[in-house]
Amino acid sequence: MTTLTTHADGDAGREGVAVQLIDLHRYYGPVRALDGLTLDIEPGELVALLGPSGCGKTTALRSLAGLDEPDSGRVVVGGRDITHVPANRRDMGVVFQAYSLFPNMSARDNVAYGLRLRGIEAAERYRRVDELLDLVGLGHHAAHYPHQLSGGQQQRVALARALAIRPQVLLLDEPLSALDAKVRRQLREEIRRIQLMVGTTTLFVTHDQEEALALGDRVGVMSAGRLEQIAPPAELYDRPRTAFVAEFVGLTNRLPGLAHEGMVNVLDSQVPLLDGSAGAGRVTALVRPEAIRLVPDDGAEARVLAVSFLGSLCRVQVAAGDGTLVVAQVAAQEARDLRPGVTVAISLLKMPVFATGA
Amino acid sequence: MRGGRRTRGRTIARWTSFVLIGGYLLLPLIAMLDFSTRAPGGRRTLDPWLAIGQDEDLIESIIISLQIAALTVVGVLLLLVPTMTWAYLRVPRMKRPIEFLCLLPLAIPAIVLVVGIAPIFAAIRRNATGSPLALVLIDIVLVLPFVHRALDAGLRSIDVATLAEAARSLGAGWPRIIAQIIVPNIRPALLSAAVISVALVLGEFTISSLLNYNTVQVVISLLGKRDAFVAVAVSLGALIFAFLLILGVASVTPSGRRAAEENATGEPS
Amino acid sequence: MTEVAVPRTASDATAGAGPTSEGAGSRQLRRVRDYLGVVPFLSYVTLFMLVPTAIVVIGAFQSDDGAPTLQNIVTVLSGAAFRDAFVRSITLSAQTAIIGATLGGLLAWALMDSEPNGWLRRIVLSACAVLSQFGGVMLAFAFLATFAFNGLATTFMREVLGLDVLGGSWIYGMNGLMVVYTYFQIPLMVIIFLPALGGLRSEWWEASSSLGGSGWRFWRHVGGPILAPSFLGALLLLFANAFSAYATAAALVSQGSPIVPLRIRGALTSEVVLGQANVGKALALGMIVVVAIVMLLYALVQRRASRWVK
Repeated sequence: MTTLTTHADGDAGREGVAVQLIDLHRYYGPVRALDGLTLDIEPGELVALLGPSGCGKTTALRSLAGLDEPDSGRVVVGGRDITHVPANRRDMGVVFQAYSLFPNMSARDNVAYGLRLRGIEAAERYRRVDELLDLVGLGHHAAHYPHQLSGGQQQRVALARALAIRPQVLLLDEPLSALDAKVRRQLREEIRRIQLMVGTTTLFVTHDQEEALALGDRVGVMSAGRLEQIAPPAELYDRPRTAFVAEFVGLTNRLPGLAHEGMVNVLDSQVPLLDGSAGAGRVTALVRPEAIRLVPDDGAEARVLAVSFLGSLCRVQVAAGDGTLVVAQVAAQEARDLRPGVTVAISLLKMPVFATGA
Repeated sequence: MRGGRRTRGRTIARWTSFVLIGGYLLLPLIAMLDFSTRAPGGRRTLDPWLAIGQDEDLIESIIISLQIAALTVVGVLLLLVPTMTWAYLRVPRMKRPIEFLCLLPLAIPAIVLVVGIAPIFAAIRRNATGSPLALVLIDIVLVLPFVHRALDAGLRSIDVATLAEAARSLGAGWPRIIAQIIVPNIRPALLSAAVISVALVLGEFTISSLLNYNTVQVVISLLGKRDAFVAVAVSLGALIFAFLLILGVASVTPSGRRAAEENATGEPS
Repeated sequence: MTEVAVPRTASDATAGAGPTSEGAGSRQLRRVRDYLGVVPFLSYVTLFMLVPTAIVVIGAFQSDDGAPTLQNIVTVLSGAAFRDAFVRSITLSAQTAIIGATLGGLLAWALMDSEPNGWLRRIVLSACAVLSQFGGVMLAFAFLATFAFNGLATTFMREVLGLDVLGGSWIYGMNGLMVVYTYFQIPLMVIIFLPALGGLRSEWWEASSSLGGSGWRFWRHVGGPILAPSFLGALLLLFANAFSAYATAAALVSQGSPIVPLRIRGALTSEVVLGQANVGKALALGMIVVVAIVMLLYALVQRRASRWVK
């Protein structure tokens, strides 16, 4: 019998418990770290909490972990209200940003710690430990101490340690933020793969939107202690519900426009408005770079200022006829004729945009 | 351990330890206050405290000790600031030996130092006037560990190498670099070093007494046999003075960045 | 692009660019000049610290007229009074180090969660600095004011509690020394140990907690083992501190010379007995040996401590 519940097919019978954060409030003096946060996580789901620093995402995670007690609100896991249960009785696996491995223990002993606390016998204990270390790809480093491991390796051990106790919920507090870019991307894929295999309900906190969009079944964007929007990544990107989400996720151009009856006129193109936008009169439309089309045109008024080559894409800075700076994203092949000084005609693809008051 | 759940038991344990041990430390100080203000019939008096200002030997010894302290500060800074800066910039290999030599006084008991230095001082006495200011020579050695630690922290907190290179590329010579670039930027460390040195010199007893110089601690000790009340009063006064001095400097110097980072409060993120 | 031939100037040579003999020579000259910069410091330290220490070490092996001899050492090792003094010094230092480390450690732990720059910590640390480093004679008077015949605590116990248990003269003996020494060991421990406690990352505590560990289990498996080297190191420093202390004992002890530093005082100030002039130096040598051993152990322990808490 395997000690880990694994599923080859990610969707089949996800185990894990449902998590609910209900109207959490947490104040530090005048600062509202959590201002009425309500969040539901489905069993087996990975929710990524995304937001700038100070938005409360780490506070939310710590409230769930029991490392921080909210001033009001409830935390419910698997139907049980655990708001006042101390951290060491919550049965959650936490992976911190850095430095959380016990320096006086080898990787093996670190991972075994939770099992040891639960009184599991040595033989069984080390069998599970070895299995987990293999799972995270560190079977050969079992005897190494944290100061002998790289940052990425340390985080893998931390993950193994959190999973060893077969927690109800897995909590990851910016686990990749302290690592360099290449390691970050590698480890990101691994974490997702393992999470899908094990099927534990997971909360992943990060300030890196690429990470959040790549990992989450759903992504929640937080700001000033509140949840702005929670949705699957594509929906979050294509259909933001607030200006904050529209601007925080992905790149946007802030362009002046004229709104009327559900449509907005921007750069002489008519595009539909998303729900929640400002509806009438002069507005600021938030337009994605990839929604902008550039066609070289001798008679046009807009002029290319600079082109940045990014491999498969190019980012083109254009000064519109009225002087507005527009950043467009264009496939590299199409950018061949776009050089600084070339005049272009700008038009918008018919993708709905979000608009705020001017 | 910060900003999270605190069980009430833990906080109670913490405050209990604090009060009990802190109380034990405060007790003798309170006793000194009591002792130095006793008057017959259970009343209180400030006479011993006022007598401090009238005891000529005491005043004289305070002045002498302050002079020694001032000269010690000047001497040790003149000795260490150029040396350490030079080591930092030109001979980094000497940093370790210098650190070792500066920490050595901690390992050599003052009483041992006195035994070895007595012949040297006898020679000085024969040739010079035998003024207590000769003690400066030894006190500089005694304060080396503390001054080195303060200066080292200060030099490390400013990127000495980069600043010096920038100054050099603009055409400055070494004396100018030390005086105009380095020193102004380690002022907190200099202040801290000076205060610690002053406190140490004012509290120094072993060497002064065995070499028969009348510094303030020696006189206090003699006073103890003559007039216990005044002796206790001036002891308490000196302790409070040193405490305020050190507290003052601690309030003025910027905090260690590392300490602040590691003990970050539970700020939301 | 045309290539421009850059003429080799004199400055190239002094920059150590080429392996010309001229370049190598001036590089060496500069090296010597660099080391000259530390000569003032080295000479000062040699003259006023190393030479006196050498005088003690060498003098311990010299007789009154300068001839090499082991007689001083023999006198110290065979003399019961001297041996007792060493035993008492070591015992006193060990006991006060242990008690001071325990109580001081507790106080440091109580202080641990305070604001690093808050008023409480600053006040406590300043007070600890004063009480531990600058107080020999004054602390002696403090304790006399507390425990002597008319001291605050003595009179309190006598008049309020009706106990004359403290008597009044115990403070002048070894027990008195123990109480007073402990008094300045505690603040020293706080100063030494608080930074080590600060090195305990909150992540370790939180990780242990989330894995199911209680306070006790954390200290037993994680906190304790991590802090053990630092605690041991602090203990050794406290020992050395008590062993070297002179002022407090000199001010407090009125009869005899129970500990080594006081014996050395006796050797320095008493009339020179024929053949005994350098016995003081032998005693001092003994102190150097003990302290050197302790500091060596301390250096070893520190290396272990810094390996884990970077």
